[in-house]
Amino acid sequence: MKKHQPSDTGRRSFLKTTGHLMIGFNLLPLAFCQTKGATNEIPAYPGIPLRPHVDGKLVDSWIRLDAEGFLTVLSGKQELGQGIKIALIQIAAEELDISPDRCRIINSDTGQTANEGFTAGSNSVEGSGKAIRNAAAEARRYLLAMAAEKWSTSPDSLSVTNGTIKSPKGDEISYWKLLEGKHLEGTVTGTAPTKAPRDYRYVGQSLQRDDIRKMALGEPHFVHDLRMPGMLHARVLHPPSYHAKLESLAPTAVESMPGVVKVIRDGSFLAVVAEREYQAVKAREMLKSLAVWSEVPLRPLPRELAESMTTSLGKVEEVQMSPGIAETIKSSTISLQAEYFRPYHMHASMGPSCAIALWEEELLSVWTATQGVYPIRATLADLFSLDEEKIRCIGVPGSGCYGQNGADDVSGEAALIAKKLPGRPIRLQWMRESEHQWEPYGTAMAFRLAAGMDAEGKILAWDTTLWSDSHSTRPNGRAGSFVSARHLDTPFEFRKGGFSAGSYRNGIPEYSIPAKQLQLYNFAGPLRTSSLRGLGAYANTFAMESFLDELIHRAGKDPIEFRLENLEDPRARAVLEKLAEKADWKSRQKTALNGFGIAYSRYKNSTSYFAALAEVDIDKANQTYRLKKLTGVIDSGLVINPDGLRNQCEGGMIQSASWSMLEEVRYDGNGIISENWSSYPILRMMDVPEVEVHLIDRPDTPPMGAGEAAMGPVAAAIANAIFDATGSRIRDLPLKAEKIAWNTL
Amino acid sequence: MSQSITLRVNSQRRTFSADPEEPLLYILREEFGINGAKYGCGLHQCGACMVLADSKAEPTCLRPCGSFEEIEITTLEGLAKDGGLHPVQQAFIDVQAAQCGYCLNGMIISAAALLESNPHPSESEIRAALNPVICRCGTHSRFVKAVKLASEKPNPGL
Ligand code: FES
Ligand code: FES
Repeated sequence: MKKHQPSDTGRRSFLKTTGHLMIGFNLLPLAFCQTKGATNEIPAYPGIPLRPHVDGKLVDSWIRLDAEGFLTVLSGKQELGQGIKIALIQIAAEELDISPDRCRIINSDTGQTANEGFTAGSNSVEGSGKAIRNAAAEARRYLLAMAAEKWSTSPDSLSVTNGTIKSPKGDEISYWKLLEGKHLEGTVTGTAPTKAPRDYRYVGQSLQRDDIRKMALGEPHFVHDLRMPGMLHARVLHPPSYHAKLESLAPTAVESMPGVVKVIRDGSFLAVVAEREYQAVKAREMLKSLAVWSEVPLRPLPRELAESMTTSLGKVEEVQMSPGIAETIKSSTISLQAEYFRPYHMHASMGPSCAIALWEEELLSVWTATQGVYPIRATLADLFSLDEEKIRCIGVPGSGCYGQNGADDVSGEAALIAKKLPGRPIRLQWMRESEHQWEPYGTAMAFRLAAGMDAEGKILAWDTTLWSDSHSTRPNGRAGSFVSARHLDTPFEFRKGGFSAGSYRNGIPEYSIPAKQLQLYNFAGPLRTSSLRGLGAYANTFAMESFLDELIHRAGKDPIEFRLENLEDPRARAVLEKLAEKADWKSRQKTALNGFGIAYSRYKNSTSYFAALAEVDIDKANQTYRLKKLTGVIDSGLVINPDGLRNQCEGGMIQSASWSMLEEVRYDGNGIISENWSSYPILRMMDVPEVEVHLIDRPDTPPMGAGEAAMGPVAAAIANAIFDATGSRIRDLPLKAEKIAWNTL
Repeated sequence: MSQSITLRVNSQRRTFSADPEEPLLYILREEFGINGAKYGCGLHQCGACMVLADSKAEPTCLRPCGSFEEIEITTLEGLAKDGGLHPVQQAFIDVQAAQCGYCLNGMIISAAALLESNPHPSESEIRAALNPVICRCGTHSRFVKAVKLASEKPNPGL
């Protein structure tokens, strides 16, 4: 059997090194993150020396050539399973003409990489990709100038093959020989010429992700797999509900359990630390049986939620106003109004969140699956009143998160626990119930939509009012964003940010409608919320594209034709046209037992275009339906890695189908009832539809993030297919079969 | 509570001292340094912790390690034999069947068990065999494709 411990050199340097920034350096980049083995042609990657990140303007902050024969890319964005590593490598390899198998990437480490905020909103390729592309182009210009000077020729006469510069006279020198150990010190001016898309060799290819091989072989990959000398295992016992307070606890019975090193109690924050992982699990169980809590019931209850949202008006945010719109709608030949609802949804990561923290002489290191190493560092600094320089946050992949799951909270908690045991790395993993009950959910949302249409089926006015809690309560430099910091004896106050644009994302139709209006009411709901894939775009698009389907039905029009008639943007039209063609829309076989639904949206009204078709079969005898197939067409600009893009879309479509058909967080006055996979079922293999994705590549337009594009359109397409099949319009998610009026069929 | 336990994991016998009630998962990760089997729920609901126990896919997050003493345990790390990958592993790489990959252990182990007993399964047999494993990223369609691909290899159940 293979040895899966860190290499001996890793361990030695880990133990001996005193310089804080060196902690774990050999351990992570060499033994853990970069495992692609040596082959005949390619030697083992030796790693690069750790140089603290100085400034995003330096070439050296993104591109390093210190490892002989290798290009090392540095990115502040985290790999979340979206394939960002290979995409960024392709971009850098392209500009520098180095074969991608000679490229490695280091992601998210405050000790080495640039501050790129959060890996969120599908912006990694747009942001990090652009920075890396410019830095690589700059590096190439710099290297060619060096070689040209050496050979007294002009840089324009030189060419590059796999990292070796060649002159027409036959001179040859590799990047590494040329640099002789010097750093790429120049700044990124943004003026270095980048390659023309028609010359691309690596961008646009479906290169394989290196990490899939590692995962398929069971090599260490996840933060969960990190093992360190002297590491102890911790478990946290969260309160039974949000506002519960610990009244009493007699911890002796826990302290005397085998392997237990420490029981930590600070206000209502409770944790145990043990030698072995299972001992920590058992100790937590014991803690749970002993702790006495005082509880404050949750309100409003689920049955009161929608009404309580739409009646608690508060201060309105007038996002876009159109005076007289109510009149226009009322006086239209066809005037429709409807209310839509989306319940709380979970990220429900498959692997409960995990982090490792280590305190050494007032220096804190945290290995974390956060989406933002710099923001979480600032938040830890606030938690411990410590200079940011004394904290290093090292990003390590976690289980897929799709937004803010428990990864940040668990990192804060691991640091709180490790503070009590300096010198010992503390590995904290949440239990399943903690992930389900304590992660911040995608918020419930309510919509009141009204529209007026003329006799020809032209929409004259569209008015949206929506109610939503926050879509972003990520770590922002204030410790109160860590949920457990609110439970400490001296609690940190939680303040919601004022970012409301997430709530009305995709709330205003792109369709050509003369009068459009949108108003938002921020609602403080009973459950903890933060960003979930797509933020408000998911539910806004569900509501909008379902309501549009209602109008189209009233007008007696074809759902693809109607959209084409009302969209001006040729790229929007192109995804729908391609969908019609690929799915053979015109000759679809509609029977009494099936239905077809269409939906479209351009994510954020400004990035990827996505059109979706859902096909459902109904089963009258059993009063149920089956989602048979989903077809999607995406245009996200220049395609860096077609298979990676397809993979992301397929995943988004299936996840959206699961949210939309099955999911809602259940709770009552005593807390969250959805505590595991049986009380929060998601789509499993037997019920997953067939999925088909088509890409429209636009090499001359910038690449745009694609991870969230499918979520909203798929939800509406399924609802529209159910309507097509049954005549039942389900306006409140999830789209459960029991909401269909079977008796009218 | 601790007693001497002998397990056979990936063709290696090892005797160690542990609480026989400790579920196999924790022993694999702590005593054997295994990464394949993972904690996902501890409730037999998600399949993250699957291993092959005498060629059958079994979760390990609840069942006591002591009850595995006479059983041949193969983990994801033990599937590759004689320097070659298991056909299922190779197919997962070829199809690029993963997003975050947390479910991969359960998916690959379940598929390997299926192909050993049924080298040429139908799509619905594949789906049924993989149904106990949760995938939150929605990579299902690729898993089905990968298992089909592996089943077309000369020796799929290897
Ligand atoms: S961890 Fe064992 S089935 Fe979920
Ligand atoms: S790939 Fe992430 S859980 Fe399956």
